[in-house]
Amino acid sequence: MSQLDQTRVRAATGGLNLTALAPWVIAAIFLAFMPFVFTENSAITIMNQMAITIVFALAYNMLLGQGGMLSFGHAVYMGLGGFMAVHVMNYVEDGWIALPLPVLPLFGGFFGLFFAALIGSFSTRKAGTVFAMISLGVGELIASCSVIIVAFFGGEEGVSGDRTYGIPVLGYEFLQQIEVYYLIAAWLMISAALMYLFSRTPVGRMANAVRDNPERAEFLGYSSRWVRFYSFCASGFFCGIAGGLFAINYEILTEENLNLATSGSILLITFLGGVGFFFGPIIGAIVFTLLATVLKLETELWQLYVGALFVLTVMFFPGGLAGLLTMHVAPWRNGRLGFLVKPYLTTLLPGMFGVFGLAAATELLFHARQSAIGEDEMGLFGMTVSAHSPIAWGVALAVAITGLWLARRGAPGLKAAWDEAATPQSGGGAGR
Amino acid sequence: MDLILVNLIDGLVTGLLLFMLSSGLTLIFSMMGVLNFAHASFYMLGAYFAYQISRSIGFWPGLLIAPLVVGVLGALVERYGLRRVHKYGHVPELIFTFGLALLIEEIVQFFWGRSQVAFDPPAILQFTLFSISGNSIPAYKVFMIFISLAIFIALLMVLTRTRVGLIIQAALSHPHTVETLGHNVPLVFMGVFGVGTALAGVAGVIAGPVLGTFPGMAIVLGSIVFVTIVVGGLGSLWGALVASLLIGWITTFAASYNVGLADVFMALGFERPDDLSESMFRDAWSLTLPQVGPILPYLLMVLILAFRPRGLFGKREV
Amino acid sequence: MKRSVNLAAATAIGLALGASSAMAEAIKIAFIDPLSGAFASTGENGLHQYEFAVETIVNEKGGVLGGKTFEMVGFDNQTSPKESLIQLQVAIDQGIRFIVQGNSSGVANALTEAVEKHNNRNPDSRVLFLNYSAVDPALTNEKCNFWHFRFDAHADIKMDALTDAIKANDAINKVYVVGQDYSFGKAVAAAAVAMLGEKRPDIEIVGNELHPIGKVKDFTPYARKIIAAEADAVITGNWGSDMLGLGKAIIENGFTGPIFTYYAAADGITAAFGESGVGVLRLVAEGPNNPPADEAAQEYIRAFKAKYPEGNISQARVTNVVDMLAQAIEKAGTADDVVAVGMALEGMKTESMWGGELYMRPEDHQLIQNVHVFAHSKVEAPFDFDNSGYGLTHETTVENASADIATTCEMERP
Repeated sequence: MSQLDQTRVRAATGGLNLTALAPWVIAAIFLAFMPFVFTENSAITIMNQMAITIVFALAYNMLLGQGGMLSFGHAVYMGLGGFMAVHVMNYVEDGWIALPLPVLPLFGGFFGLFFAALIGSFSTRKAGTVFAMISLGVGELIASCSVIIVAFFGGEEGVSGDRTYGIPVLGYEFLQQIEVYYLIAAWLMISAALMYLFSRTPVGRMANAVRDNPERAEFLGYSSRWVRFYSFCASGFFCGIAGGLFAINYEILTEENLNLATSGSILLITFLGGVGFFFGPIIGAIVFTLLATVLKLETELWQLYVGALFVLTVMFFPGGLAGLLTMHVAPWRNGRLGFLVKPYLTTLLPGMFGVFGLAAATELLFHARQSAIGEDEMGLFGMTVSAHSPIAWGVALAVAITGLWLARRGAPGLKAAWDEAATPQSGGGAGR
Repeated sequence: MDLILVNLIDGLVTGLLLFMLSSGLTLIFSMMGVLNFAHASFYMLGAYFAYQISRSIGFWPGLLIAPLVVGVLGALVERYGLRRVHKYGHVPELIFTFGLALLIEEIVQFFWGRSQVAFDPPAILQFTLFSISGNSIPAYKVFMIFISLAIFIALLMVLTRTRVGLIIQAALSHPHTVETLGHNVPLVFMGVFGVGTALAGVAGVIAGPVLGTFPGMAIVLGSIVFVTIVVGGLGSLWGALVASLLIGWITTFAASYNVGLADVFMALGFERPDDLSESMFRDAWSLTLPQVGPILPYLLMVLILAFRPRGLFGKREV
Repeated sequence: MKRSVNLAAATAIGLALGASSAMAEAIKIAFIDPLSGAFASTGENGLHQYEFAVETIVNEKGGVLGGKTFEMVGFDNQTSPKESLIQLQVAIDQGIRFIVQGNSSGVANALTEAVEKHNNRNPDSRVLFLNYSAVDPALTNEKCNFWHFRFDAHADIKMDALTDAIKANDAINKVYVVGQDYSFGKAVAAAAVAMLGEKRPDIEIVGNELHPIGKVKDFTPYARKIIAAEADAVITGNWGSDMLGLGKAIIENGFTGPIFTYYAAADGITAAFGESGVGVLRLVAEGPNNPPADEAAQEYIRAFKAKYPEGNISQARVTNVVDMLAQAIEKAGTADDVVAVGMALEGMKTESMWGGELYMRPEDHQLIQNVHVFAHSKVEAPFDFDNSGYGLTHETTVENASADIATTCEMERP
């Protein structure tokens, strides 16, 4: 399915570069085999959700990471694209036009592009706070319009369609989730490849330059405003594609697709994954979707934990998860990854226990305050404990305090080991 | 006519309340260059702290203690959170305060639950001070007006008459020069952040009983406060005051008059279609001013940013 | 790198979903409503009411089909249509065949369409959707389907009962209608205008307006308009903080006439109104008088409050859902063939434990029941709400309300 993209990647990177192609091939094979591992419909639904979020997050990062533009209302472009796609779906159902389902996201994409060009024509004049505030204002305006303009947005209950009326493709009518999965996976590969290629074009490169130093970029003869505008339009297009995929998967679009909460969560996802790397948002989307589905099954307090995780990420790892991963590249090149094993064990392991202890104490406190009379039993990390038992409290707090204390004590050692591991080996045999 | 007077008073209450939030926010922005997304969350914390205090020792001690606690919390957030993030740049700072807002909302829900809490005005102020043609003006609202005015005057005095105020004012217009003059700028930052959040705390204490104390209260007000300082001009205290009052009155009057878009259309000479259900513009024909009232400030902000990015009174561009 | 993360992710999905998909003897009922986020307290309280109802009404009496028990499984949808559809899929994969949901008509609308599509596309794993609270009339009219059953009186039925009360009150000559700007608020306003015009043409509608949902900070201007219009009564479909804000502002500004509401009770609202709401607030709903006349019903509430001191029996119809589902499963002789259960539920007549007859109308799957207008007043514990000493007492009752209300439903049966 990604034959085309592979050739494009090849062309862009100049020649047959197998190492550059490898991640794409692996990803494609991986996507193709996932449904054989997880056959349940719900797992496929969650994977679909993940894929849609990945496209959206990658499109968002075209602005935030590559262009340095912080948008607080980006759900609008995905939402508008999605609404358009559902309307087109309904035109197909009514027999006004005949269309195979797989091309539907294109309509979403072009609608997103159209609106991005419209809004971007004045919002991209300035970067920084002005851009952020305009995006917030426009986001709020369009989200509010969605309940007022019923003709297009369908009011509170939204607009729904039926995806099965399109022209069958190779006999598939997209009745089942698994068929939709492969459609979305194909679009994911195509969009990701195109977005990657965009970042390699002169405009994509200039977006980085404008992000880092707009004045210099201007001196080089580039209008930073137009560079921002092009990035914004491209981002809007891919957001619209994500919206179209959403329309296919859920067959309904509602106000929630446009509102500020959705805009906020895509910011959170992208930042958590890491804005400095192309694959950062991919990790962010996967981790966040998992947190939102798996953690939610375990605890009611999941949003508290996600919020805390987010704040800690901004404070301590502004590079996000992708930044954490790439930090290991230097030690690995130096062949000193092994240096890190011991400090990791002595610092991160207790730290992890400390965090679990803290979480356990939080859960105990929550349960003690909220639970029904006579129901102090609660599940905690696979054990059943009483929320009022002093032992449970003691253990949780002791683990939390000891763990965090040990982690804190080990931190300087970890840092020293890091510095050593990251230094190239040429400096001679470091103390062994 | 009487209704106009009543609306003017109501709008004044809303506007001054907004001002208590926006004054702190605009000070923080102009000193540190960071838009504090969590500002309204400190307002919410003020309301909840005061609620908790009022349950044990009464409303009046809460009016004093809650803002102090909020201010200390704010200073701690600056010292241990923002200062750390500061070195990464402005975008991570903005994102940090955004995350903080989410986190504070979750924490409030954890301790006080998801429903509205029963936080009422003190009994001594629960009476009608006077009426204007059947519309009663509760004493508590007048009390709110006086508290806000007192704070505005105090703030103005501190900024113009004291040494600290002069340093802050200097830092508003020339942040780098002040630093080179050898003032302890980080300490001033922490102080301004603490005072700004404490002001938001006061606003929370006095608004909690009338506007409701619930976990969503920060979101309802949060982005409007942004709008206010952007419209007024970042860094301008007078701009914040004017924009607060403007937005207070705009939202109040918009909610009060049922002008429909249909009236405008007809005045322009368009004819109302007989069957609206098929018309593409059916929603436009039934649209009224109260429906869009609360989103008018956003429209105002977008227009201001598009045509006059420095806001009404701002000296610097955003 | 990307791959290893993907693998870890995949394992986690598998673990989380696989762990809970083991089939048990119990008949599972999926509760898809908010268990986190802004409306979690409502959802949580609803789940507690269901858990208590299945224990008391079914399991302690020996279960159904000779010993099978009911088991509630909570799914958190955060009041989001998208999340609801994911949770629906998870529930179906766990072998659950009965879905209950109620908070938000938007979610109910998304669910009923998804259920219909799923049932048509996957005849082997069909499910029934038992809607216990979403009152958008469309769900049993143009959007009706065989798989959806509604146990609450819908907005028009409630308005019918409410306007009956207004009709009987000669003191009311001017009515002000105000609501949230979305489908339900509009439905309430349209029904109020139509029914008042029919029953009391002499009543003047002095105001009819919508405000943005969840965005109004201060309701004072609305209260001013209501006073200035010299309205005798207010009708509103507001809920949550919009209800509380509007009600408080109206009362604070000196309004003394009745405020007819749909949702001005429980979830902190009763406590927040307290004394100020007495004599002013009215609420239209099904459910018991407080205290209920029937001793068994009193005992039920006492037992519930003993178990969940912070909870409220705010959705008494939950017992009707559980009771009627149990009867339908008995009658059909199966809990797996939902078509048979659905057929048994259609046209079922039974008694509610809160008094009055229940009838599931076959033509649109709308439950016909007694609807009351309640007054917010002082009520003894444990029959009060929010442990506030205030609660709801019957003022007027309409028996088998709107039993003949017209429906546009064209039911297609499998």
